[in-house]
Amino acid sequence: MTSKLPMTLNVNGEPHDLIAATTATLLDVLRSSLELTGTKRGCNHGVCGACTVLLDGKLARSCLTLAVDVGERPVTTVEGISGNEAFSPVQQALIDAGAIQCGFCTPGFVIALSELFAREPHAGREQIRAALSGNLCRCSGYVKIIEAAESLAGAAP
Amino acid sequence: MTIGLNPPRLEAGDKATGRARYVDDIELPGMLYAALVTSPHAHARIIGCRVDAARAMPGVKAIVTGDDLKGPRSGGIIKDESMVARGRVRYVGEIVAAVAAVDRETASRAAEAIEVAYEPLPAALSIDQALAAGAPILHEDYASYVKTVPGGGHDNTAFDSSVEEGDVERALRECDVIVESTWETQAQHHLYLETNGCVADVDAAGRITLHATCQSVHHIQQRVAEELGEPTARVRVLATRVGGGFGGKHASNIHSIAAWLARAARRPVKLVLSRTQDFEIQRSRHPARIWIKTGARRDGTIVARDVRVILDGGAYADESPAVLAFALLMSRGPYRIPNARARGQVVYTNKLRAGSFRGFGNPQASFAGESQIDELAAKLGMDPVEIRLKNAMRPNDTAFGGEAVRSCVLTECLTRVRDAQGQAPPLKPRSGRKRGVGYAVMSHVSGLMGTAASVSLLSDGSVALATGCVDIGQGSDTILVQICADALKLPIERVSYAPQDTDSSPYNWKTAGSRSTYMTGRAVAVATTEVREKMLEHAGEMMECGVADLELRPGGAIGIKGVPKTVSFKEIAMRSLYRAGGPIAAHHGFVFDGPGFDPKRAAINRLAFANLGVYTFGAHCVEVDVDEATGAVEVRRAWCAHDAGRAINPVSCEGQIQGGFVQGIGYALTEAMQWNDEGWLTTVTLADYKVPGILDTPPEIHAIVLEDPDPSHPVGAKGIGEPSLVGAAPAIANAIHNATGARARTLPMTPERVLDALDAR
Repeated sequence: MTSKLPMTLNVNGEPHDLIAATTATLLDVLRSSLELTGTKRGCNHGVCGACTVLLDGKLARSCLTLAVDVGERPVTTVEGISGNEAFSPVQQALIDAGAIQCGFCTPGFVIALSELFAREPHAGREQIRAALSGNLCRCSGYVKIIEAAESLAGAAP
Repeated sequence: MTIGLNPPRLEAGDKATGRARYVDDIELPGMLYAALVTSPHAHARIIGCRVDAARAMPGVKAIVTGDDLKGPRSGGIIKDESMVARGRVRYVGEIVAAVAAVDRETASRAAEAIEVAYEPLPAALSIDQALAAGAPILHEDYASYVKTVPGGGHDNTAFDSSVEEGDVERALRECDVIVESTWETQAQHHLYLETNGCVADVDAAGRITLHATCQSVHHIQQRVAEELGEPTARVRVLATRVGGGFGGKHASNIHSIAAWLARAARRPVKLVLSRTQDFEIQRSRHPARIWIKTGARRDGTIVARDVRVILDGGAYADESPAVLAFALLMSRGPYRIPNARARGQVVYTNKLRAGSFRGFGNPQASFAGESQIDELAAKLGMDPVEIRLKNAMRPNDTAFGGEAVRSCVLTECLTRVRDAQGQAPPLKPRSGRKRGVGYAVMSHVSGLMGTAASVSLLSDGSVALATGCVDIGQGSDTILVQICADALKLPIERVSYAPQDTDSSPYNWKTAGSRSTYMTGRAVAVATTEVREKMLEHAGEMMECGVADLELRPGGAIGIKGVPKTVSFKEIAMRSLYRAGGPIAAHHGFVFDGPGFDPKRAAINRLAFANLGVYTFGAHCVEVDVDEATGAVEVRRAWCAHDAGRAINPVSCEGQIQGGFVQGIGYALTEAMQWNDEGWLTTVTLADYKVPGILDTPPEIHAIVLEDPDPSHPVGAKGIGEPSLVGAAPAIANAIHNATGARARTLPMTPERVLDALDAR
């Protein structure tokens, strides 16, 4: 049997005490222990980007991140991205542009775009495409995702 | 009022915030986890399966192997499959046994502890190996299998069929110009971002409830009941949110395993596939070999086309006979060709089953056929657009096989993409790249089988809509609500849409065949109209006037024409519930009712369909850059025109077109499932199997939605889910040829293949 460790994770601004296997990924812990199922398991291989979260403000593949390695770094998931609002500007833009189809990739795109606009509020098309190059979408052909992002350039994330 | 508008998708907020519930998000109290034992052999006899050690492990609650199955075989059109292998395995990855245990780790250790003894058999891994003299026969009991369509199978041929019109042999003899070639296409995986899976539960009486990511709750219910030997009423299936389908969640194969384990353990069981398992045990698009000979007169009039199609069906037939029939029916292309013949067969091979996938045989047929139209144009010295316009089908023509075509905007689609490309500011040339422009046209259908809708008036005058149509991401929830709301002049917020549940949803065959907006949309429109008629009768009685004097007013009221006086839907609802008439509701169900094929001829030719649907049309124009040093192809811009009949939600139409086109780019350039000489699939992760990312796709994909209302639909709509994928590969192949003179005849058109084609010029 794998050994387990107690840990405290700071997720979406709140501390969570839990016990997790040393082999558990951040994705496992978010989905199972914390019941934050918005973060998706698409490939479990670090390719599709559906499991993307912010770790200390930077993009991280939660399927490739061991929970025990997270330490005190704050984690933000799609559930925490809009703070006290119903939707963050990124979420609202994706909804309004019709950029959400099956929706399974959407949490990853929300996180990736949030990170981009926090860093580059006036990101242009090429920066947007580069920032989303780690996220796969099988439904949309990406066009409306780019349109949503372009509608945000200049707005606060 | 709501048709033609673009309200945000009903569930978009849930999807954007992570609230939407997909199958792997479901956890039930006491839930067990399933693990699978799969075959390491492409072809082998199962000598025995020892489960004692696994059964004795603490935490193991149920095991199923082929020895437990007693009923007949199951499957699609040919009942050649069983939920776990019995007696023989026919592909690497085929499920041999399954375990349910208290956690994933225990389940997977127990699966490893199951010992299966095999006697390996020679395998047939390709069309050629399967058809060779002395080839190992995959299904020695083929003759005994139940077939829902009589098949004409023999040896490793699972099915054959044909379509013929006119006299092809004679017409070809009289042609001025003839072109003839063979094309090969690959196995493409659907790669829905959410892998397939389900959660099965069971009550004290043994009734099963399944939560499934799927394209039809009714199909799964039927299949699970059949495989478990239960009355259909004792299996309930509910759809979760679906993380993409594309045809890959169209037919069931894993649900019965979870249901069986849950029934045996009397506890809930989750079976969600890993990405690798999903690659290995679900489905692919059929690899195909297609030979076509097309003949024309000097003036460009196409007079004959002769086609042979061989589909590699993999180890089990699944939907193959229907895919074959559809490939044949689409192989003439959307042209007036008086003499056409298409003959085809599906071949069993020791690989993963091929099944339904967006386009359903049409992408293969159109890649070959539309590539050949360009070859014919070149030989005639004609412009590729002109030859297509000259031979294009027109309204009231007849499709190949004999179905009547009513609305047809093919020529408009083609001229629109040509003109849009011509008017777009040219992109700057890039050094070392050759630029080319390519075209492809296509037809498809929208229809098939049965569906239904029910509409009920609620106590405050808002409305509840229910259908069995599962939204797999294409937007049918919103579109069906728009149709319902429009017919009642209500804002969409006042119409609810019920999740799909076989206990309460009206029957729907499947989310497939580009049929939801057309078929279920028709049912919704008719049921809503019936509710409106009933409300008008109430209003007439309430206002003491004839129904003919009444009109619907926006926002939920009925008034007398020319008079401000109204009664509200709420007043009508209250009257119906408490005073007179009873609850107002309507149910409308139907089966696709187009004229279809001559039934005798369809049976003789083994067409697997009585009728298909209404025909839809489209055209693509692409610009590509080809690097002649490396063979790399980049799609720079695309214009995709498609006929929506009437666009209920134009933004969703555009999303379908753009998304389908990009899935078509993957099919054209990068995606291929590959097997090694032992029959092992080698492309089992997203690192091995390349789907287009954002940098692999053109930022400009111009979706052009044409609207020519179809008379058979109350609001004129037709489906557009599939055709957008169909034109991508031939348009790209034609653009590569336009740029370089090289003709790639094998998909995907990888840099290596493009270099080979460049060398062969």
